[in-house]
Amino acid sequence: MRDVAIIASAQAVNTATTTATPVEMLIPVVNQVLANAGMARSDIGFWCHGSCDYMTGQPFSFVSAVDALGAWPPIIESHVEADGAFALYEAWMKIQTGEVDTALVFGNGRSSSGDINRILTLQLDPYVVGPLWPDDRSIAAMQARACLEAGVITERAMAQIAARNHHNALTNPVALRRGEHSVEQLLAAPLVASPLRELDCPAHSDGVTAVIIAAGDRARSLRARPAWIRGIDHRIESQNLGNRSMTTLPSAVIAAQKAGVANDKIDVAELHAPYTHQELLLTAALGLGESTSINPSGGALCANPMMSAGLARFAEAAARIMDGSADRALGHASSGPWLQQNLVCVLEGE
Amino acid sequence: MSDDVLRIRTPIGIKYQYSAGPRVSSHLIGLMEGRFVGKRCPSCHLVYMPPRNGTCAKCGCLLGEDVEVGQRGTITTFCVVNVPFLGQTIKIPYVAATILLDGADMGMQHLIQEVEATEVRMGMRVEPVWRPREEWQPSMENVLYFRPTGEPDAPYESYAGQL
Amino acid sequence: MSGGTTEYTIADDGSFTAPLELFYPYKRTVGPLLSRFLTGLREHRIEGTLGSDGRVHVPPAEFDPMTGEPLSEWAEVSSTGTIVTWSWQPSPVEGNTLQHPFAWALIALDGANTNLLHAVDAGSADAIRTGMRVQARWATEPVGSITDIECFELVPESAA
Repeated sequence: MRDVAIIASAQAVNTATTTATPVEMLIPVVNQVLANAGMARSDIGFWCHGSCDYMTGQPFSFVSAVDALGAWPPIIESHVEADGAFALYEAWMKIQTGEVDTALVFGNGRSSSGDINRILTLQLDPYVVGPLWPDDRSIAAMQARACLEAGVITERAMAQIAARNHHNALTNPVALRRGEHSVEQLLAAPLVASPLRELDCPAHSDGVTAVIIAAGDRARSLRARPAWIRGIDHRIESQNLGNRSMTTLPSAVIAAQKAGVANDKIDVAELHAPYTHQELLLTAALGLGESTSINPSGGALCANPMMSAGLARFAEAAARIMDGSADRALGHASSGPWLQQNLVCVLEGE
Repeated sequence: MSDDVLRIRTPIGIKYQYSAGPRVSSHLIGLMEGRFVGKRCPSCHLVYMPPRNGTCAKCGCLLGEDVEVGQRGTITTFCVVNVPFLGQTIKIPYVAATILLDGADMGMQHLIQEVEATEVRMGMRVEPVWRPREEWQPSMENVLYFRPTGEPDAPYESYAGQL
Repeated sequence: MSGGTTEYTIADDGSFTAPLELFYPYKRTVGPLLSRFLTGLREHRIEGTLGSDGRVHVPPAEFDPMTGEPLSEWAEVSSTGTIVTWSWQPSPVEGNTLQHPFAWALIALDGANTNLLHAVDAGSADAIRTGMRVQARWATEPVGSITDIECFELVPESAA
């Protein structure tokens, strides 16, 4: 195995709506991550992109996204129809092959182009679920109720998650939503999709995240304290909601084991949990305890740029290593209903 | 059994609010005024008309200043459409061409009319036929088609770099 | 999209924006197992496949979740079942089978070991609870689709 590290990242400020084209959104962030790394476009060995055409409302939009890269002379690039974090996994694999030493990974999404709750219906089974058009929030709400009624979580605990993330986002310049809320205030808010309240739900946003990863000495030459990827693993639950555990996340448990989460103390964890109850389920599944600071960025509750929110979690976790405030951090990305997919990455300083 | 359900209809309809972006919009304003406004790349200085998605794909940068290009242009390549298809509104055979407007560095696609398909050739000089002014929208459909100007053909060297 | 009818607006930064509807008229072939399931729905019959562990999967699993083997044994289940969990949909969207506020629910049909996702016409969020009994309400014009069950409705307590 080659040692690979995150050595730089950049994020766009999350917005509720955007007028720029997707490529116009990408270019400043690609430029920024290169500047943060002290690299030129010609220094990048591999480019990997995560996005979703349904989200953009433009079939084959991933093709035009290459316009942001300056792909002349030709470059080596790839795309995943998923969050940019899954593109990072592919790029990490590419570096493992020995073909390249550096990769620039980016994810972008414009949740505001259409009705995001409806677009997310398209990730469900298209034969016997999709034709009913259940929306994302309603599906998440069913999981929340099952967990509440099983006694796995409480509404108060959900409100505490919302309060902490919105408080943490006060110091995150790219967050869309932030603020001080007491648990009592949150519990008094109306239900938007019983049993969920507005601040239990993600702050869907338009955003871009870009990350540069590099191998071995190349990483050391580019960054004083790289965030080394010590373990990375991706596991998936069944697409069939009717045959899944409603209160546990077996795939996240396995991903955490394979990534070696429990090998040592985790200082900071950035979890891609779009809904408050899902952060509670994830914290349990990943085996995180009191000593771990969870979502100092405010997480997806405060900015959920579809297709880049997972990569943003990796970027935030890596930033804590690179600035020396953490020695061991966890980045998590998810996709699909009820946290169907879980990608867990353990990052360490040297 | 032949009556069994073998396939289902699962139509997907999604409504979006599409944004052209600030850079393409100056081009659209130009069209509403009967002008062809492109944009110059600040890095390689090529003039994009139309300005695509506001970016220079070669340099990976945002396009810069507006550049109004000429109304006339040169056919760099073309095809003769003989195939009928659903939604076709023009009588076949007709010619779809790539036109390099004077002052632009990128060809654009449009329809060629008022000439037999067999007469159309690379290098032919063409000009736009605009819809009546009161019908102008922020759309390239303001131009009904291009037609020959009758000028001598442009020399091959003048557009060889486009091919 | 055609000239002369574009409804555009201009944003603060000068960007032109316009409504755009994308429509994908997909048809899907359903394969032999879903074919039998959907054909059954058209005839008001709900069937599932039998897994290697004896569990009945409704809608039918095509492959055994435990072993990956193709499944071929069938079992008919009831059109009556129990609510396992639910959420409230206060504003229905295009495509929902009900166009007034309703509940989404996972329903354990009697005889099935997996839960079916569907709409429940419960009237109000106060009227529905986990554990309640529900029965299928069939669509008046079945076509061989999951929407042949228009929704589920609460079984009156006295009847349960």
